Amino acid sequence: MNEIVQFENVGLRYGAGIETLSDLTFTLYPGSFYFLTGASGAGKTSLLKLLYLAQRPSRGLIRLFGEDAVTMPRERLPGFRRRIGVVFQDFRLVPHLSAFDNIALPLRVAGVKEKDLTTPVAEMLDWVGLGDRAEARPATLSGGEQQRVAIARAVIGRPEILVADEPTGNVDPEMAIRLLQLFEALNTLGTTIVVATHDIHLLSKVPGAQMMKLEKGGLSDPTGSLRNPPLPRDRA
Amino acid sequence: MLSLFVIPGHDRRLIPEGRLSGPMPWVIAIMIFLMVLATAIGLAFTEAGQNVSDQLSSRATVQIIEANPDLKTQQTSDAAARLRGMELVEEVRVLPTQEIEDLIAPWLGQSADGGQDTGGLLEDIPLPALIDLKLAQPIGEKELEALRTGIRPLAASARIEPSSALIAPVIALVRSLQWIAFGLVILLAIATAAAVIISARAALNTHKETIGVIHLLGGTDRQISRLFQRRIALDALLGGVLGLICGAAIILLLGMQLSALGSGLVQSLDLSWYSWLIIGAIPILGMILAMVTARMTVMGALKKIL
Repeated sequence: MNEIVQFENVGLRYGAGIETLSDLTFTLYPGSFYFLTGASGAGKTSLLKLLYLAQRPSRGLIRLFGEDAVTMPRERLPGFRRRIGVVFQDFRLVPHLSAFDNIALPLRVAGVKEKDLTTPVAEMLDWVGLGDRAEARPATLSGGEQQRVAIARAVIGRPEILVADEPTGNVDPEMAIRLLQLFEALNTLGTTIVVATHDIHLLSKVPGAQMMKLEKGGLSDPTGSLRNPPLPRDRA
Repeated sequence: MLSLFVIPGHDRRLIPEGRLSGPMPWVIAIMIFLMVLATAIGLAFTEAGQNVSDQLSSRATVQIIEANPDLKTQQTSDAAARLRGMELVEEVRVLPTQEIEDLIAPWLGQSADGGQDTGGLLEDIPLPALIDLKLAQPIGEKELEALRTGIRPLAASARIEPSSALIAPVIALVRSLQWIAFGLVILLAIATAAAVIISARAALNTHKETIGVIHLLGGTDRQISRLFQRRIALDALLGGVLGLICGAAIILLLGMQLSALGSGLVQSLDLSWYSWLIIGAIPILGMILAMVTARMTVMGALKKIL
């Protein structure tokens, strides 16, 4: 199985402070589902930032889609970013755009023609249960609705990796399960999913998912999947 | 550049647009207005200097300096006849004594009773006879020497002075004013660019979050900078046209007032069609300047983030 993400002795330090992440070595495989857990401040968001290319590491090697992401020229980053879907912890919806336009954003950035994006965006709105809120601005949406728009935006471009930072943090348990089912469906289509969460109970909701645990910037590997390719998930 | 204005509407909405809501179009309008005035002044001085120079470059004055009036008259007449026969000379006019006296009268003052006559002073001053020449070509050393050689046997004390020598200090002043005006245009262009830099940085700061999201979704620097370029270009064009209209109105008004003065040099401060063409191009040049500046600023700022 070819690895989709490879970290080798990766460290991250902000400014002159101590290392937020230290000696991270792991491999993510295509089509797998990972939960990244850890207490607040353990470095989950920092690790995700490295994954979605918002940050370069202070040391170590990161290979993404088979290419060195640490020394990759800046001009090539947008092309790689389009292959990664991101659900931000704080949603980061564009405030002056409607729910429809926010979800359509990755497609428009990728140059998809207007006539080709109307249907998929409308379907995605229905999928996250916001079909009737297409024209609503983020300010008029509840926290849960904003989160669903953020998730729809992350998955609309059928990314190869989906990185989600606490995606169920603002939704009720029923919606949390629906969202996880959405991620699973995407995973079934071949997308590698990495979900950062401090809710350990979510793991049981996704059979066969692997767990990466961050503790004080270091990574423990309870399921052993980070050294060896995970077994195929039981999708039954 | 055309592609700048055909960005699809949905892309344009990525950054909220607020025509005339910010100070940018008004700042550019003021800058373009001042640039139009400075350019008009510079061009008017250029044209005036050129006109005066063209008019005088082929003119000269011959002075016949002779104390004996009869001899002076004879020498003047002979010299004029010789000059008329020269191929180099196009036009010869012997200035009547009255005209010479009229020319000199203002420098001699009025008579004691406040009248127009000079109190008999002119009768006591041995005025030279003057011959005004218009040559077929601009006067150089060679032409002057030919004229001197031609009349020296007839009037040994004759002096020939090219008219351009008399007006040279005025021309030098006009040229200085012209360069000062163009210097002002350059300074205003720099100030406009600085205003655009400040505006672009402020806009970047305002939309930092949106830009960050577009970046992380795979947006390129070019895509993002194009949005700012377009917005600033439209602001600049709008402000520029406003500045041009106000500036052109002032120029026309001043032109009419100067024409009414009827003064020689000042009257020639009319602008030719090609000067108007240059002035008309200022808003477009301003827009290009704003666009290039905005692009450089935005690209430079974006390069600082990953």
